[in-house]
Amino acid sequence: MNGKCDSVNMAPNSIHWFRKGLRLHDNPALQEAVRGADTVRCVYFLDPWFAGSSNLGVNRWRFLLQCLDDLDSNLRKLNSRLFVIRGQPANVFPRLFKEWKISRLTFEYDSEPFGKERDAAIKKLAMEAGVEVIVKISHTLYNLDKIIELNGGQPPLTYKRFQTLISRMDPPEMPVETLSNTIMGSCVTPVSEDHGDKYGVPSLEELGFDIEGLPSAVWPGGETEALTRIERHLERKAWVANFERPRMNANSLLASPTGLSPYLRFGCLSCHLFYFKLTDLYRKVKKTSTPPLSLYGQLLWREFFYTAATNNPRFDKMEGNPICVRIPWDKNPEALAKWAEAKTGFPWIDAIMTQLRQEGWIHHLARHAVACFLTRGDLWISWEEGHEGVFEELLLDADWSVNAGSWMWLSCSSFFQQFFHCYCPVGFGRRTDPNGDFIRRYLPILRGFPAKYIYDPWNAPDSVQAAAKCIIGVHYPKPMVNHAEASRLNIERMKQIYQQLSRYRGLGLLASVPSTHNGNGNGMAYSPGEQQSGTNTPGEFHFFFSLYLKLQTNKAYQLFYFLKCFKKG
Amino acid sequence: KKRLLRKRFSHYYSEDGAVDWRQLPEEILLQIFQYLPLLDRAFASQVCRGWNQTFHMPELWRCFEFELNQHASSYLKATHPDLIKQIIKRHSNHLQYVSFKVDSSTESAEAACDILSQLVNCSLKTLGLISTARPSFMELPKSHFISALTVVFVNSKSLSSLKIDDTPVDDPSLKVLVANNSDTLKLLKMSSCPHVSPAGILCVADQCHGLRELALNYHLLSDELLLALSSERHVHLEHLRIDVVSENPGQQFHSIKKSSWDAMVRHSPKFNLVMYFFLYEDEFGPFFRDEVPVTHLYFGSSVSKEVLGRVGLTCPRLVELVVCANGLRPLDEELIRIAERCRQLSAIGLGECEVSCSAFVEFVKMCGGRLTQLSIMEEVLVPDNKYGPDDIHWEVSKHLGRVWFPDMMPTW
Repeated sequence: MNGKCDSVNMAPNSIHWFRKGLRLHDNPALQEAVRGADTVRCVYFLDPWFAGSSNLGVNRWRFLLQCLDDLDSNLRKLNSRLFVIRGQPANVFPRLFKEWKISRLTFEYDSEPFGKERDAAIKKLAMEAGVEVIVKISHTLYNLDKIIELNGGQPPLTYKRFQTLISRMDPPEMPVETLSNTIMGSCVTPVSEDHGDKYGVPSLEELGFDIEGLPSAVWPGGETEALTRIERHLERKAWVANFERPRMNANSLLASPTGLSPYLRFGCLSCHLFYFKLTDLYRKVKKTSTPPLSLYGQLLWREFFYTAATNNPRFDKMEGNPICVRIPWDKNPEALAKWAEAKTGFPWIDAIMTQLRQEGWIHHLARHAVACFLTRGDLWISWEEGHEGVFEELLLDADWSVNAGSWMWLSCSSFFQQFFHCYCPVGFGRRTDPNGDFIRRYLPILRGFPAKYIYDPWNAPDSVQAAAKCIIGVHYPKPMVNHAEASRLNIERMKQIYQQLSRYRGLGLLASVPSTHNGNGNGMAYSPGEQQSGTNTPGEFHFFFSLYLKLQTNKAYQLFYFLKCFKKG
Repeated sequence: KKRLLRKRFSHYYSEDGAVDWRQLPEEILLQIFQYLPLLDRAFASQVCRGWNQTFHMPELWRCFEFELNQHASSYLKATHPDLIKQIIKRHSNHLQYVSFKVDSSTESAEAACDILSQLVNCSLKTLGLISTARPSFMELPKSHFISALTVVFVNSKSLSSLKIDDTPVDDPSLKVLVANNSDTLKLLKMSSCPHVSPAGILCVADQCHGLRELALNYHLLSDELLLALSSERHVHLEHLRIDVVSENPGQQFHSIKKSSWDAMVRHSPKFNLVMYFFLYEDEFGPFFRDEVPVTHLYFGSSVSKEVLGRVGLTCPRLVELVVCANGLRPLDEELIRIAERCRQLSAIGLGECEVSCSAFVEFVKMCGGRLTQLSIMEEVLVPDNKYGPDDIHWEVSKHLGRVWFPDMMPTW
């Protein structure tokens, strides 16, 4: 697709469109914008402008604005600026194409279904305006479509299968150079006097957030911060016993200055850069050349969920999602609110949810604990509720694919998970942080409780509660469920659901989950998304959903076909 | 050959040689209809009078699952109220295998009871009351529920399967069940029915000699019950499922005599004993002191190393062991002992536990190919000087005779 060029001057005017990929290092699409161009303008669209009206997700918005500020300041060093634009891309681009005489548009490939749809529409607009569109993959390590192709057209649904596939592919591409004056060459950015007013990065207040009393960010946004962190992260890794899996302890629960997940999500840190720095370091320290796949765990899980989601617009839903088991979750807004607002009466759960709301990040095992509690562990509420209204708003690193995929995993709604291991809202916390410091930090009201009772303060004798100046039921809620009874009920339900899916008639708990011994997710033993609501149930010693009927329906068609054959005879 | 077939089925063909679907014999149509889901069948019934007649044949109304959901409490659709009315009006005396799936709202449970009370002409063989979310049957006034249920007990007289977990069923209603269905009752599932006493369930065991499957909570289990189930007049028991659930911390549980279990095993040598434990760690006192014939054992909450050690010593019939969590001390010795003493073990699941890689390999070696289910969370296996996290699965696969990997959790 060639751009419509001015007959005198062949060099294009480019727009680089930032969505994720908020960085100047390893940004191949940005490089394409600059290559041989006359002018380049980096844009970011902010919509809705009044995100702050509900004050929800203030951490996420702050992080984003800090990323944009950082981009702007780094671009200034190259005599350029960031253009923050109000409105929807589809509405604004045509005007910009005209106003700035654009002939080239570049952006980083977005693999998510919504992103692909949006980008297809923009490509069409661009084509109509004679604008060349260049898209580069840099948010994921691999070309996800290739992985899917290698797996026969379906995304791998087990992590093992995923690992097998990528080990057969070429390694990820090296990160490209950071944008510099040299690379910019003669390309310039026309910046007007009133750039700050027209295109400046807004503040939280301008977006409508009430920032009075807002504590400072535990996770400061931006590429600069990301690059500092990765160096720290690698130092620590090399220092910590030769890359062994770090042991979980009380400290792990706290936000770490080496944590990278929010930066990967927004693209302040390139996953390719991270991959290569890890590989480099491993080779230096271990003096061997082939690192195990487990070294890249964090990156590969992210990649796995992106791959699973890219062709599935209903990936974040239960209904109509071919890979999601239909589980009869309860609709219970009061219970959901208690969970979301850290009022469950289980200090372990409440402390985690408090940290999440205050800081925007919780350790992945903490995520498992609260996700399990909401869904298959205790409350039996749909994972969609946890994903959509809560994690998506509060979690800094919650991108659509990874968040939805992880929720499905944790709630045993997909990916062939065994459901027998339930995270106890008392015991799990106690084993992780026996002293209870994490609880005391985020739930100061419980500070007075000794370690013995801090995870189940309702069991503390009255004297202990009085001494702690916290009466359970008055100053802190009573536990909202009886965990033993809730788990009994829920395990039984999960078992019944899975036994129907796998058509397993035996007594074993483990065999209820259909297995894929070769882990290929193809030729699945079941099609979880195709359960129909049962209308007729044959009576036997066990009770079945109409997956049984679905089997029978195929027989009916066979019979019809058989009868039709008479006509041909 | 084609001509012969054509001759035989000649009356299906109209003059122009097309198949005349109206001439399909009712038996074949019935067969076809049986394979169709209800909605498709209902559409088919609108095609012509003949097909409509077939739609209403008793054979098609033997089984029904009433789904009772409210929009406010469930994501699932409910059986249409008009359809329910139709069924009660035209087909209630055809129904034999019925289940009710209710969501967490009281209205749904009430609707179920409403339907139950109208099944007066029914001779049910199977009845299931299933709560898909919170147990809403427990929210109903007890008497309301009981009277609806007894309608079925009294009218059916040939109940074979009864599933009434999480309901307010009580001793007197069980007496009514027994009085009317003692000859036919084969399966009874009643976990978490708090209004039933050990005497109530004993009455069932005493009278219903055909009982093959029973599921209940531990507080209903007694030596007398086991002896009743092992009496000469009683058939062989196939499954006994027991849930041991803690109501309050520090709860005291009674113990069952070894002689009672022995009597069970003598009477029903092949029976399966499924036990699910949901206890605090310090409530396991009375358990696993003597030999117990448990075949499927699940610890749904944290269980101590010491108790797992006792399991190895007292459960020779163990087929499946699933441990949700233990604590962070390695279970090496306990697992080895289980491999030695539980020779029937073919399935094991470990959640939040720890085992050293070497001990785990040893365990798998000892069990060998009889382990068909091996579900171990990745974090369970602690690397030692012999095996690291990246090569343990090869060793294990070797001894199992198939490719094996531990279960993984995403690094979220």
